[in-house]
Amino acid sequence: MPQVTLTVNGKQHTVTVEGRTLLVELLREKIGLTGTHVGCDTSQCGACVVHVNGVSAKSCTMLALQADGANVTTIEGLAAADGTLHPMQEMFREHHALQCGFCTPGMVMSAIDLVNSHPQGLTEKEIREGLEGNLCRCTGYHNIVKAIAAAAPLMHAK
Amino acid sequence: MPFEGIGASVRRKEDVRFLSGRGNYTDDINRPGQLYAVMRRSDRPHAKILSIDTAAASKAPGVVAIFTGADMAKEEIGGLPCGWQIHNKDGSPMAEPPHPVLAVGKVRHVGDPVAVVIADTKQQARDAAELIAIDYQDLPSVSSTPDALAAGAPLVHDEVAGNLCYDWHIGDKAVVDGVFAKAEHVVKLDLVNNRLVPNAMEPRAAIGDFDTSSGDYTLYTTSQNPHVIRLLMGAFVLHIPENKLRVVAPDVGGGFGSKIYHYAEEAIVTWASAKVRRPVKWTADRSESFMSDAHGRDHVSTAEMAVDKDGKFLGLRIHTLANMGAYLSTFAPCVPTYLYATLLAGVYTTPVIYCEVKAVFTHTVPVDAYRGAGRPEATFLLERLVDCIAHDTGIDRVELRRKNFIAADAFPYQTPVALEYDSGDYQTTLKVALENADYAGFETRRAEAAKRGKLRGIGVSTYLEACGIAPSAVVGSLGARAGLYEVANIRVHPTGSVTVFTGTHSHGQGHETTLAQLVCDQLGVPLSQVDVVHGDTAKIPFGMGTYGSRSLAVGGSAMVKAMDKIIAKGKKIAAHLMEASVEDIEFANNTFTVAGTDKSKTLTDISLAAYVPHNYPIDVLEPGLDETAFYDPKNFTFPGGCHVAEVEIDPETGVTDVINFTAVDDVGRVVNPMIVEGQIQGGVAQGIGQALLEAAIYDKSGQLMSGSMMDYTMPRADNLPNFNVATENTMCTHNPLGSKGCGEVGAIGSPPAIMNAVVDALKQYGVRHIDMPATGPKLWSIIHAGQAKMAAE
Repeated sequence: MPQVTLTVNGKQHTVTVEGRTLLVELLREKIGLTGTHVGCDTSQCGACVVHVNGVSAKSCTMLALQADGANVTTIEGLAAADGTLHPMQEMFREHHALQCGFCTPGMVMSAIDLVNSHPQGLTEKEIREGLEGNLCRCTGYHNIVKAIAAAAPLMHAK
Repeated sequence: MPFEGIGASVRRKEDVRFLSGRGNYTDDINRPGQLYAVMRRSDRPHAKILSIDTAAASKAPGVVAIFTGADMAKEEIGGLPCGWQIHNKDGSPMAEPPHPVLAVGKVRHVGDPVAVVIADTKQQARDAAELIAIDYQDLPSVSSTPDALAAGAPLVHDEVAGNLCYDWHIGDKAVVDGVFAKAEHVVKLDLVNNRLVPNAMEPRAAIGDFDTSSGDYTLYTTSQNPHVIRLLMGAFVLHIPENKLRVVAPDVGGGFGSKIYHYAEEAIVTWASAKVRRPVKWTADRSESFMSDAHGRDHVSTAEMAVDKDGKFLGLRIHTLANMGAYLSTFAPCVPTYLYATLLAGVYTTPVIYCEVKAVFTHTVPVDAYRGAGRPEATFLLERLVDCIAHDTGIDRVELRRKNFIAADAFPYQTPVALEYDSGDYQTTLKVALENADYAGFETRRAEAAKRGKLRGIGVSTYLEACGIAPSAVVGSLGARAGLYEVANIRVHPTGSVTVFTGTHSHGQGHETTLAQLVCDQLGVPLSQVDVVHGDTAKIPFGMGTYGSRSLAVGGSAMVKAMDKIIAKGKKIAAHLMEASVEDIEFANNTFTVAGTDKSKTLTDISLAAYVPHNYPIDVLEPGLDETAFYDPKNFTFPGGCHVAEVEIDPETGVTDVINFTAVDDVGRVVNPMIVEGQIQGGVAQGIGQALLEAAIYDKSGQLMSGSMMDYTMPRADNLPNFNVATENTMCTHNPLGSKGCGEVGAIGSPPAIMNAVVDALKQYGVRHIDMPATGPKLWSIIHAGQAKMAAE
């Protein structure tokens, strides 16, 4: 079986996988990072979003082998070593942008990429359209939109 | 100490865990030596199973075992039980056909599990499942609700004539018919409540873990009520006594009702784990969820209101067909009866009501409670009917509602359909909602939208629901096979910190925060020193779980009762330590004082004395400070309110944009306003989803057409507006907190508000009613037919 070498949250891993193993399966089952979730099987829900080389990707729609040599960041890799939350995590908490927490890791990872890719700032409409690839069944998105709007200036100020 | 008690919007204790990827959902759990189960499911709606050949699959790499219904049948395993028995009009019990864990002899819906493959990896199990050769003889099927009762319709169960599960009614038909015969107006409406798929974001999962040394079973499962699963699966399916069966429902990623029920996969992995003597994990793919999680709604109704010349409602007459699916899910029979017909008075003084409900079997996934459960169906019917009455009589729709409201001073109010409402103020919630929505300024906005070529409409719904379920004796008399009390254990530790063990379950509601706030409030313990434990039958004495917006009203009340016991015992200890009489001891702000003196002891002084009883009334009082209470509610609670929706429809595409959504709800005492607003926002989003986007659709051949998230339209961020949410509360009069519940109000009040707005937007085309979902193509057709008709005139 082939091997894949990748860096996840700053740590290098070399893992033997089947050719058909998905990146999310590698993360959850081989490396034990269960913060990245699987909510569907048609690439619709975005619970599995991680950053691959700094850009958001649905880890259920990517083979593990495609991540060979890549730098992957998951929800577990966002907070500082002392536990200080990333501004996006902090604003999700402040604005009650999560309920059951299942979509949250993917939502936060997508939101960070959305803010990063809009250095000029984001309108509410842009945030809502930017979340097209992430489903949340609990919140109705109202507080997620507020949290992202609040996190954007904090991230750009850094 | 910051204010953290009742009324404080403290940030949630559970959030850091979830935001850091450290939640502990069922699929995140892995047991040593664990195997993986994959279900082979029926791909056809109705067929005889002629043979199942597992030879090739058994030889596939990694396969440890394959079981079919025949293997389970050999062991005298019970079918999946139904928890509620409805009686027919003639007093006979409903039809209750068997629901085998794995199909035996026949499959009855697409998704019906036929066999389970257990292998070293999930991929191996999946590969092997495809190698099972099943020889089916296809049989004709019926999936639509009205078709199920047609003469000659294919039978779902041979022993259930005409596919009729029950034929039930409430009210006096002759009296109601008499009122209709003399009424000035009779307004009639045929309507459908669309079938929905709950789609909690976490797919269901279960791990069976049989301990070969002790013979104990543990089931980890995505459940809203682990004790109920232990009872149902232990007593009725696998015959495992409670002391040998532990059910753990860890972090659960949303439920909305769909994770209340005892599902086949829970029994399969538990049973199979003992067979293969290793832990067995099953996790649903989303496609499996679509064809195996209980669906919601699916009613077809005719509603008629008798109205006098001034618009007063004189009588209501309803006929409803409700789809049960292929088998009876755990609470399915009570949804279209006691959670539906008893709500048909709504917020109105309608003096007589008759409702007849026929529940039918079809070759579809079982249908059960989904967020609101029966109450959204009742509310949609009533609030659409009220708008139709306004349409037909020319009376203003808001005035019509005001004229028929139960007055704020009329409580307690006995309805003609069994319920007695304890409190409410519908005029106020309506008034505030109309103000918050700037209802008065709407026509200006409509005119402005028209200039942009958009059709703008506004809709109102004034609603009520019953939750905080439920008084055990009452539901028992109505057919429930369970009590619906709740349980709390409050453990004050030696140094004064507190652990709450609750029988409710949090799967997004924030109980770890809200319930801890009750302890801050009553015992004066800071939030950081209170932890809430839920979801484990080995830790919690008992519990009925979370659904029907019951956790605070019922579970919170059990906590209050347990804390009352803590305080009562603490007073005895304090009296001993301070050499005073118990009657003179007062407790407030974490401190026991002797009335009229400056003598005091903190709760920590008392708890320390209770666990280190050196100076202690040991002859009359046991050591320890740990109390349990069971609370059985005295009545349902009755949240209600008013929702106002404002929409714009693009005549070019038929697509509806929700521009403004205003909710003013009465949820009783609010513990954490931030969480309550979040619950209402989420509920409203699901209601808008039902109204505009979502529908579970079976084709004529019985295939589920909307069987994935590619095909079933879930609301996304850009489908929804910001929500203008507020509460105007009256207190529940019969529980110690005054809380009514907030989990379902959003999903109950919103669908008719949206649909009333859509109809209002299209009124120039003579539209009186549109069934949900009001999709773009549906509205485009209506608009274009309307335009053509107007052009012809």
